[in-house]
Amino acid sequence: MNLWKIAWRSIQHRAVSSALTAFSMALGVALVVAVLVIYQILDRSFKRSSQGYDLIVGPARGGPLELVLSTVYYLQNPRGTIPYEVYEELHSGRYAGEVEAAIPIAIGGFYAGFPVVSTVPELFQTFRYFGDRPYEFERGQNFSANQIWHAVIGATVARRTGLDVGDKFKVTHTTSGQGTHEHTEEFEITGVLKPTGTPFDRVLFSNLRGFWEMHQHEHAVESADTGSAPADATTAGEEHPQEHSVQHPAEHSAEPSESEDAHSVTAVLVKRDWTNSARALELPRRIGQESPELQAVVPSEEVAKMFEGLLGDIQTVLLIFAVMIVITAGIGLMVSIYNSMAERQLEIAIMRALGAKRSTVMLVVLLESILLSLGGGALGVLLGHSLIGAFSGTIFEQTGIRVSALSAQPVELILIPGLIALASIVGYMPALIAYRTDVAKALAHGG
Amino acid sequence: MVFTEESLLVLRDVRKSFQTPDGEVLPILDIPEFTVQAGEQVVIVGESGCGKTTLLHVIAGIGRPDEGQVRIDGWDITLLSESESDRFRAENIGYVFQTFNLLPAFTALENVLLGMTFGRGRPDAARARQLVERVGLGHRMHHRPRQMSVGEQQRVSVARALANRPKLILADEPTANIDTGNQQIILDLLREGCREENVALILVTHSPEVAAQFPRLVPLAEINLILSRKT
Ligand SMILES: Nc1ncnc2c1ncn2[C@@H]1O[C@H](COP(=O)(O)OP(=O)(O)OP(=O)(O)O)[C@@H](O)[C@H]1O
Ligand SMILES: [Mg+2]
Repeated sequence: MNLWKIAWRSIQHRAVSSALTAFSMALGVALVVAVLVIYQILDRSFKRSSQGYDLIVGPARGGPLELVLSTVYYLQNPRGTIPYEVYEELHSGRYAGEVEAAIPIAIGGFYAGFPVVSTVPELFQTFRYFGDRPYEFERGQNFSANQIWHAVIGATVARRTGLDVGDKFKVTHTTSGQGTHEHTEEFEITGVLKPTGTPFDRVLFSNLRGFWEMHQHEHAVESADTGSAPADATTAGEEHPQEHSVQHPAEHSAEPSESEDAHSVTAVLVKRDWTNSARALELPRRIGQESPELQAVVPSEEVAKMFEGLLGDIQTVLLIFAVMIVITAGIGLMVSIYNSMAERQLEIAIMRALGAKRSTVMLVVLLESILLSLGGGALGVLLGHSLIGAFSGTIFEQTGIRVSALSAQPVELILIPGLIALASIVGYMPALIAYRTDVAKALAHGG
Repeated sequence: MVFTEESLLVLRDVRKSFQTPDGEVLPILDIPEFTVQAGEQVVIVGESGCGKTTLLHVIAGIGRPDEGQVRIDGWDITLLSESESDRFRAENIGYVFQTFNLLPAFTALENVLLGMTFGRGRPDAARARQLVERVGLGHRMHHRPRQMSVGEQQRVSVARALANRPKLILADEPTANIDTGNQQIILDLLREGCREENVALILVTHSPEVAAQFPRLVPLAEINLILSRKT
């Protein structure tokens, strides 16, 4: 009989307390596994180019991160506009060789707190989200280019606002410091998108031409209402004296600047053509060099930078918590074995009388601690992964990330040496008691 | 080896004393000479507290004498390191206690296998099974101690003491807690087993009936000067 088996028999003999100890270890380890996988999910959901484009071309004003936050996540207002010609250059002009697809968008206005993004209907045919999935309509259909007052809405918008195919909505603007302002024009909804798990779920997409029309009209009204925001105009002018839209009021930064040449957008979403990967890689730098008023940003890179700075720490904190729970379980293990040592003095003495060395009986107690930790740990890994498996459907719906019960992380391997080290440390004290057992005395008390 | 011609067990000038909690030194053993031949069966008698268990511990290497030699098969075990002496015990000495001999977590068969675990060779499962059958517990092979009677447990410990083919078995009142019927069965198993495998046996008992069956009876007072001085 080997020492592992002796240790295992001892665990079996104290089945209830062993099971409880192993289970508390399992919970701690399950938490560690969960943290690792959640981090993986966050990491992937932020870093990938989820909506089908890999480059954003927008105004140089504001940093690259601002452009990403406003264009991809709608977390802030765009910091300016670019002429529609930029789109044409990308789509069919001098950059067309490196561009597989380009879609102009103009972000501006809200409905019920959800952002309104004006674009062209091709958006939904051109891009695939999460790599290979087409945008599909739950109800209705895409808007057509020549129906300028048509729009489609994301799944979340439909659910929260109750808007549906055939309904109409008006676009609201939050003007700087002066409350809201509502456009009189109405967009009619022709389709509701299926849930995608991307920020598109929270967007109302209107026809870009309707948007232009709406603001041409507005501009005419505003021109009559002279000098509405002189202060804003000055700051804008100071920051970017070279820009076309100096006289453009800041509160309408997302809107076209001149009535006769009102065709401006806030950004162009670009899917690069990677057949010449060197040129495709070079494209953002080339655009920035050739047109200083523009910047071309790879959203995944910017988000990765932000993510590293922000969530790197969060993962550390979560991991520290999880590891502390594992250590607590380890202390529970120590207490459990320690308490059993008193009643095991005779057993140890008998083994010694059979010729077991001090170091052997010590090792048996250590092995017992290691078996309980590893057993509990294995159960915890199983538990953690089953939880992930159980929630994989939900995770997939919410984020589009495919995780399965089997999606293990290489980091998890660290659990094996980690648990053995922990078990050896917490098992050391009870093992020392076994080591020090006075055989003659223990036999006298037992007999 | 120098001592090949001598007895299996030789105690020479062995002294052992304990310290009481008050710091008083309590001499227990002072044995000028005591020998046991290979395969010999000896019974030791003496009143309670006279030092019989202490003597067995000294022979087994569980308790070291303060001075003197304890030679078994030519080896003076008092000169061995503790772990060497543990190893020596595993390979050469079987031990049967009065009660609670068996490890409660292990089956009868496993308890016998444990007797072979700490020595040099590999545990011999076939022999272990054979021994369990020989003590009449073939049908209890996989039972835990608490599923067995005290007498059955004691039979398992006889099998375990024989398991590793020791040269010497020490039995400390092995039948004291057993009913009279089973007493004789266990004693016979122990003595026959020792005889068949040429194992020397030193048995301690309070029972005159048990003592009377042995060819050699040694009252501890005869060999222990501490006791002869007292009387
Ligand atoms: N560790 C110890 N410390 C102090 N005194 C001890 C210790 N072990 C035994 N003694 C004492 O040594 C004496 C002999 O003990 P021992 O157990 O050898 O007697 P025994 O002959 O086996 O008695 P019994 O027949 O009751 O089993 C006793 O007086 C006992 O109290
Ligand atoms: Mg005794």
